[in-house]
Amino acid sequence: MDSSILEPSLYTVKAVLILDNDGDRLYAKYYDDTYPTVKEQKAFEKNIFNKTHRTDSEIALLEGLTVVYKSNIDLFFYVIGSSHENELMLMAVLNCLFDSLSQMLRKNVERRALLENMEGLFLAVDEIVDGGVILESDPQQVVHRVALRGDDVPLTEQTVTQVRKTILASLSMLRYINFPT
Amino acid sequence: MIKKFDKKDEESGSGSNPFQHLEKSAVLQEARIFNETPINPRRCLHILTKIIYLLNQGEHFGTTEATEAFFAMTRLFQSNDQTLRRMCYLTIKEMANISEDVIIVTSSLTKDMTGKEDVYRGPAIRALCRITDTTMLQAIERYMKQAIVDKVPSVSSSALVSSLHMVKMSYDVVKRWVNEAQEAASSDNIMVQYHALGLLYHLRKNDRLAVTKMLNKFTKSGLKSPFAYCMLIRIASKLLDETEGGHDSPLFDFIESCLRNKNEMVVYEAASAIVHMPNCTARELAPAVSVLQLFCSSPKAALRYAAVRTLNKVAMKHPSAVTACNLDLENLITDSNRSIATLAITTLLKTGSESSVDRLMKQISSFVSEISDEFKVVVVQAISALCQKYPRKHSVMMNFLSNMLRDDGGFEYKRAIVDCIISIIEENPESKETGLAHLCEFIEDCEHTVLATKILHLLGKEGPRTPQPSKYIRFIFNRVVLESEAVRAAAVSALAKFGAQNDDLLPSVLVLMQRCMMDSDDEVRDRATFYMNVLQQKQKALNAAYIFNGLSVSIPGLEKSLHQYTLEPTEKPFDMKSVPLATTPITDHKSDITPVSSSKLPDKLTPSRQDIYQEQLAAIPDFQGLGPLFKSSEQVQLTEAETEYVVRCVKHTFAGHMVFQFDCTNTLNDQLLQKVVVQMEPSESYEVVTYIPASSLPYSQPGSCYTLVRLPEDDPTAVSCTFSCTMKYLVKDCDPNTGEPDDDGYDDEYVLEDLEVTVADHIQKVLKANFGAAWEEVGDEFEKEETFALASVRTLDEAVGNIISFLGMQPCERSDKVPENKNSHVLFLAGVFRGGHDMLVRARLALADGVTMQVTVRSGEETVVDVILASVG
Repeated sequence: MDSSILEPSLYTVKAVLILDNDGDRLYAKYYDDTYPTVKEQKAFEKNIFNKTHRTDSEIALLEGLTVVYKSNIDLFFYVIGSSHENELMLMAVLNCLFDSLSQMLRKNVERRALLENMEGLFLAVDEIVDGGVILESDPQQVVHRVALRGDDVPLTEQTVTQVRKTILASLSMLRYINFPT
Repeated sequence: MIKKFDKKDEESGSGSNPFQHLEKSAVLQEARIFNETPINPRRCLHILTKIIYLLNQGEHFGTTEATEAFFAMTRLFQSNDQTLRRMCYLTIKEMANISEDVIIVTSSLTKDMTGKEDVYRGPAIRALCRITDTTMLQAIERYMKQAIVDKVPSVSSSALVSSLHMVKMSYDVVKRWVNEAQEAASSDNIMVQYHALGLLYHLRKNDRLAVTKMLNKFTKSGLKSPFAYCMLIRIASKLLDETEGGHDSPLFDFIESCLRNKNEMVVYEAASAIVHMPNCTARELAPAVSVLQLFCSSPKAALRYAAVRTLNKVAMKHPSAVTACNLDLENLITDSNRSIATLAITTLLKTGSESSVDRLMKQISSFVSEISDEFKVVVVQAISALCQKYPRKHSVMMNFLSNMLRDDGGFEYKRAIVDCIISIIEENPESKETGLAHLCEFIEDCEHTVLATKILHLLGKEGPRTPQPSKYIRFIFNRVVLESEAVRAAAVSALAKFGAQNDDLLPSVLVLMQRCMMDSDDEVRDRATFYMNVLQQKQKALNAAYIFNGLSVSIPGLEKSLHQYTLEPTEKPFDMKSVPLATTPITDHKSDITPVSSSKLPDKLTPSRQDIYQEQLAAIPDFQGLGPLFKSSEQVQLTEAETEYVVRCVKHTFAGHMVFQFDCTNTLNDQLLQKVVVQMEPSESYEVVTYIPASSLPYSQPGSCYTLVRLPEDDPTAVSCTFSCTMKYLVKDCDPNTGEPDDDGYDDEYVLEDLEVTVADHIQKVLKANFGAAWEEVGDEFEKEETFALASVRTLDEAVGNIISFLGMQPCERSDKVPENKNSHVLFLAGVFRGGHDMLVRARLALADGVTMQVTVRSGEETVVDVILASVG
């Protein structure tokens, strides 16, 4: 029990995963050497998927690691940390990832929409976790920093919601520039 | 933006993946358009996405192709498309380890990091630090310092986190940014505050004073960020642990105050920190337990999980502190998250009363198949602990365990169950037969060789002594027919034990053995042939020596002796008595709280303590020719605690000599001791042969000196002796700081406590698995019997303990455990006397006013018997 006094560290997250409903990897980022080879990673993902895809509970202990997860339609989101880690911190990361994506995909969090916006996902995760350290936990900030702009799509092709979204985004940008917080 | 992929993907159904059939070579081919002018941002962006996707799928990129793509990508910095630029940063980070010459983008990144576009600055810093090294870092140091204190949070956070990553590589450079980090720590932004605190701690963690100051500052001023609070709690509890600070320290108060924080994350962190503190009293735990209790009814699964997991930990040490939560835990039994339910039940099993056991066990068996192996092991551990607590419940447990054994599960899980059943069998003789029956059924279909051999060994040991031994034979012989070599060999050994113990089974066993002698594996055949021949002799003594009680020598010792023997050609046969005996590990069964620990079986045979001593002593020229080391005692303290010099002694017994090893430590930092010896004055006819001094004993570096003593040859019964010991040495004063000694010194001496040599030092413990057989083997040629009255002893338990520690022999057949409410008991002890003579002691104890003891000693050597009886009297 004594050994479980945590070495204080910012390195909280061991991995972030997104799997589809066949358990295949859509996105995976490992931040330390718990699973050094692709083969071990895939085996771990398979195990995780088998243990979690049937239940809607949001937390489990697997292979000595704490796994918090969330599923939506045909997507499974996972955040993995050490079993000594504060579970709520991992949960904060998971929620931030999900909410950011939900905003970016206009609440359309499903496999197809995600695959069509992979660069958005890549950038979002890059803003949330950096090398295992939680960089940001506020989805608003993440969406703002990813700043996916739709300007290269001609206005006619945009739906009304998209236009409103763009305007809102630029408004919040303005506010942000004027009053840095 | 959404419809940028090929239409045909849409046709192949909604489940298709536009990236599914990506070919690395095709994508790299496409990457050539990076070189086209003008740059088409959308197409380039799409290709970069594909490259990162492939990397993310674990695709391997060769150095050349990666470098080529990387250099092509650098051209994209000419475009001002925001998303494209950001994807470039990501590509740089992903390729930093694969491609060569990534530092080529340094200037572009430096420009972006100091530019006007805030969206670029943070990511650019992170990408830059990813590709930079210590020398380069110095070049950008100025920018990093500015970035850390930048008023834009994303820039400051990025700089702080990147600095943290760089600490591992360039501690000395990053150390210079402490002031900037300090300034950032007072930022209003919660993440910046958290990152700054983390960086500050990493830079200062080796300087306890600085950490204390930092803690003081932040615990007083308060923080905004819940993350930073969690970090602060961890730092505080680490410091408390290191300084062994009492629980009245301000740090503890700080942690306790965090239990009242608004944020659940902080409250949980604080509760968990308190629970994990060593030596917490129930009163100090109470507030932490009560917040955890509140969390148990939270709608958030993660919070319930965290709470019940922590309560489970509390219950291991302080079950009574958790009883208040029993009601809340009961509600969690039906939780839809099975992990939570399992933890709740195992916690209740620890805190609940005996009457609730049946109900809980029923509850848990309803969903045990749904939980992961990790939790199943937790359940088995809880059951195992319960069996020790409530021995009467073993039939319920046994049923449950056998059901679990039938379910699917990995090796760790099955091993936990088997270990648990075995420990129940050992604790409760009445559960033996059901237990063995379950295990027999299990090996019928067991894929784990280790477990099958373990169970076969147990069957061989326990089976022949059950009322109906014949029923196990079928299970064992099935193994010989169906399994791998290792299991077959174990089965043959088990069969032999049945044949040796039960005369009426012997003919059938011999027939089965005959069949095993035609096995395809060498080891199986060898064993069968060996046992066949031993069994055909029908001699009790042979059976005992070669079937029931195997070799009692240390395996590494045997290997070394045999190697030595082959090196020196000789006519003499190899003498087993020259091999050092295996030392029985000194473990106390009862102090073992979780008998089903996962690391119980060492994978490799590690040399025992005695083997290590043997090696050390053999390296000293004066001790060559003493023969093999027979026994090494535990350390004996010869000084009081907290004195100038600390001296401990280990007694090494050889066939005709004893070596006393004195481990001395000098605790005075202004002295250097030289030529240290311990002079010994024996009370009996023991003769001191030589002293081997420790040449030098600097401050706090332990050293050893030795004394060699010859045992009296003419009087073998003189086994006990008292030595008065004096440590003699040359003192040189020295500088406490440099350790530089003066040239001149003076002789001095220091009186140590007396050292006793007792009969136990001449006896090595040996476990005889079947004491009865061994008793017959030794025979009654030199049997002697005497009766003693132990007037000062009040209970049988006490008497048993005294005898064992006095003789230093191994209790067999678990006869060291006295059943409750009995007035008489028989204790069986086995050991080997110095010189390699087996000796067995049977002590019948009867409780009246005081304890009466009838001791019967058997050995192959008369003097040994005399020595024992003389020393007991």
